[in-house]
Amino acid sequence: MADTLSAPPTTTAAGPATRRGGSRRFAVRRVRKRLTHLLLVLLAVTFLSFVVVDLLPGDAAVVVAGDNATPEQVQQVREELQLDRPVLVRYVDWLGGVVTGDLGRSFRTGQPVVEALAQRIPVTFEITIIAQLLALLVAVPLAVYSAYRPGGLVDRTSMTIGFGAAAMPTFVFGMVLIVLFAGGVSSILPATGYTSFFEDPVENIRSIILPCLTLMIAEAAVYRQLLRSDMVSTLQEDFILMARSKGLGPARILFRHALRPSSFSLITLSGVNIGRLLGGTVIVETLFAIPGLGQLIVQAVFNRDYMILQGALLFVAVAYVVINMLIDLLYLALDPRVRRDA
Amino acid sequence: MTALLTAEDVVVRFHTKKGVVHAVDGVSLQLEEGEVLAVVGESGSGKTVFTRRVMGLVAGGRGTEVAGSVTFDGTVLTELSGKELSRFWGAEIALILQDPMTSLNPVKRIGEQLTESIVLHERVPKREALARAVELLRSVGLSEPERRVRQYPHELSGGMRQRVTIAIALSCSPRLLLADEPTTALDVTVQAQILDLLADLQARLGMAMLLVTHDLRVVRSRSDRIAVMYAGRIVETAPTATLFAQPRMPYTEALMNAVPPLSGPNHTRLQVIPGRPPDLLHPPSGCRFSPRCPLAQDRCLTEEPPLRDAGSAEHRYRCWFPVGSPEWSQARARNLERGVSAAGTPLTDEKVLT
Repeated sequence: MADTLSAPPTTTAAGPATRRGGSRRFAVRRVRKRLTHLLLVLLAVTFLSFVVVDLLPGDAAVVVAGDNATPEQVQQVREELQLDRPVLVRYVDWLGGVVTGDLGRSFRTGQPVVEALAQRIPVTFEITIIAQLLALLVAVPLAVYSAYRPGGLVDRTSMTIGFGAAAMPTFVFGMVLIVLFAGGVSSILPATGYTSFFEDPVENIRSIILPCLTLMIAEAAVYRQLLRSDMVSTLQEDFILMARSKGLGPARILFRHALRPSSFSLITLSGVNIGRLLGGTVIVETLFAIPGLGQLIVQAVFNRDYMILQGALLFVAVAYVVINMLIDLLYLALDPRVRRDA
Repeated sequence: MTALLTAEDVVVRFHTKKGVVHAVDGVSLQLEEGEVLAVVGESGSGKTVFTRRVMGLVAGGRGTEVAGSVTFDGTVLTELSGKELSRFWGAEIALILQDPMTSLNPVKRIGEQLTESIVLHERVPKREALARAVELLRSVGLSEPERRVRQYPHELSGGMRQRVTIAIALSCSPRLLLADEPTTALDVTVQAQILDLLADLQARLGMAMLLVTHDLRVVRSRSDRIAVMYAGRIVETAPTATLFAQPRMPYTEALMNAVPPLSGPNHTRLQVIPGRPPDLLHPPSGCRFSPRCPLAQDRCLTEEPPLRDAGSAEHRYRCWFPVGSPEWSQARARNLERGVSAAGTPLTDEKVLT
């Protein structure tokens, strides 16, 4: 009997390339593919925005020269800004600058675009990431418990509140928060403004609490709903029954067995949201007077400040593709099955 | 001798929007220490729900109604709370599911899925549990067990995965193994290997096994006793040899005739059981099998036969016209003559002559 057991006839595993070294190689290949992708996306995005901005009604030279400028002055400004050259030439010129790390200067203030972005990006980045983390922190436990007891009190309550929150426009919620915490019912938090973390960490935290809460509420509602429904179907799986039959407790089954296979759509959506929010959260930034990327972009559009606009759009596109690449790598880490289909 | 497992009058009903599904309807059986009992029936006969109820994985509440009692080695499982029950799960009673493609967690390594119940029930350090896991994989006939523990389920074939689930089930040396169609989802060539492995391990470890299957052939040489289920009820139970030699219930006979014989001429026409498995929302009145039974008489449609002894208490069946009896010959002749059973099922010589 021992002979038959030690030499079983059916032991054909999948190819040897699927072991650890293989998956690392696979990840590298995937990143390389994404980076090529990134280049194409960037070319397309920047070129399209260059052309579209050029087609916008209104003339940058007129705006920059000011209301009382004579036609001669406007012409002079136009030549200074080199706006008299064809759009294609200007684009190639700009692209050449991008490669060397020079994004040009603002038409209005003359400030280097890189510098303007460097001031705004950390602000938006901080708010986006913290809002996302808060949203996940609230949504995941609620979703897991709701899936564990579907139709229970937690499930029904959080669903009702969630639908309300998701349906309410962001700014309404923001204003409610301001009334509650910044001047109306109580005044424990600043209503507007932003303080850098390096200037005053405590004040920094205080200044981003309300914007982050405003941003996270709708996201948390959507995340909870998504993860809950994925988790409810995961909990129907045979491997969950198998885990129960081993005698494992509910907490271990929910968090160690069911959460990971249920989290793929949540991660995808979260990635898309981070990318979107990094592009600026105009409404929230306006409401709380926060000097973020969204404000910069809106101002640049109004002022026909093409260089700022181009630089900002370039960043948004890069951020979007990079975030999605990270999500892609996260899949590799979370789901061993993905490592195989290439 | 006291039984290891006693199920008494187990009932499971699911309340759905369409009505009440009578999945298991008063099933009683006993299992001795080290014994292999096969539960045989078509899909929808309630055998899977019954096994899960035995374990306690199906519990009352939320549209599920349960009754009856299950006793395991003196402990009444049906009176325990979920938490108390889970101390038996994996340690004393283990379960193997039908489809190894879905019963292993796709995102966890084999080793982790094996060690977690060892760590939980035996409170050994992880390193020791992993060494045990490797040994277990070796004992279920997996080559290169040291490598397997680091692999994910999708890297293994179906047969290998079922070996892994068997290893998981056996990891804490349970006294009772519930194997729910352990080979149905596997290739025919692998089925025999897995069944032989199970039989071998069962004999070596001396554990009792409840082997659930829809295929009578599978259990012929691998069980001590057989219980045939139909529409949530046991319709015949007997020691394996007795059942094969002398089935009394027409349904049992029909099941035997529905599979190709091991010997005899080629191209023998298989006898199908007419009709469909019963609708558990509206179980037929009288004998549950009567709408499909070629021998059905008027009495079968109105009066449900009790589970009665055939000579010994070992062999019990539910039928008014047991196969081989004079009543049976008369019933057969009558139905053949009118060409239709009392329930209106048309019948041909082929279906009745055995």
